[in-house]
Amino acid sequence: MENKLDGNAAAGALQAILPFDMTLVQATCTGCGATNAIGATAAYMHGMGTIVRCPRCDTVLIRIVHARGRYLLDMRGVRVLQIMEG
Amino acid sequence: MTIRPETARTKSITLALPNWIGHRAGQHVDVRLTAEDGYQAERSYSIASPPEEAPRVTLTVERIDDGEVSPYLTEDLRVGDKLELRGPIGGYFVWDASMGGLLLLVAGGSGIVPLMAMLRHRAATSSSVPTRLLYSSRSLEDVIYRDELDHLVKNTTMLEVVQTLTRVQPPGWTDYSRRIDMQMLREVAWPVEQRPIAYICGPTPFVETAAASLVALGHEPARIKTERFGPTGEA
Repeated sequence: MENKLDGNAAAGALQAILPFDMTLVQATCTGCGATNAIGATAAYMHGMGTIVRCPRCDTVLIRIVHARGRYLLDMRGVRVLQIMEG
Repeated sequence: MTIRPETARTKSITLALPNWIGHRAGQHVDVRLTAEDGYQAERSYSIASPPEEAPRVTLTVERIDDGEVSPYLTEDLRVGDKLELRGPIGGYFVWDASMGGLLLLVAGGSGIVPLMAMLRHRAATSSSVPTRLLYSSRSLEDVIYRDELDHLVKNTTMLEVVQTLTRVQPPGWTDYSRRIDMQMLREVAWPVEQRPIAYICGPTPFVETAAASLVALGHEPARIKTERFGPTGEA
């Protein structure tokens, strides 16, 4: 079963890897060039992991898998990640 | 830890967290359960309590019958049990009194939870930011925080609560009796020129209807924050 949620739901898994408030981090899509806060992206969560998609063109921005004691982070859909200081 | 029923399907769980770093209204935590065989399930739950109550943190959890985490939290959890929490998470879907308003809150079902943290924060800071809550539930019995919302309307300034009951309405019901739609938002949302900040939380189809309607009415997309929860249900 797969639920369409949003980047707020994916933020916990992302923040386990990256030490930032990931809902506010801006990601630029390699597909269409749109820049959105991760909190405003679409996220699909299922047993295999989490997929974060561009809310404009649906390109896969980020895949996160947590299995057997390690995280796999596939960022192929992100051209630029903008992270605010503080 | 204290556990309090809110409706037939929801319970509020209040935890004392000595190491809590504090949170902002609208944030959530991830709750992780680990089975004896090591299988783990993790779900996000919104914080219902305002920052002012820290280090006490209240989660309001709706039981999803085929869920992996919520049946445990709403049926089996006992005082003394240990829970693994990660958070607070999220600076995107948050409102601080210092952000001002006008404030438009749109809740579907248990989507009220993070918005209730905002209303409680608003009351705790004696904020008079003009605020409207549009809250959709199936029936009056499914309205979470019903008494407290009545109390807040009577005892704080500039707060209006408009409800819609989508399935069953009590006799004499004068608020809305249908699912949320553009006409309803046109009537309840502030005029576009007043540039409200909008927070919408509920099941995915509810959130998408509400957000698309506000944009179609001319509200700025950048001032509309959304948070979806699953699995997809009706509200």
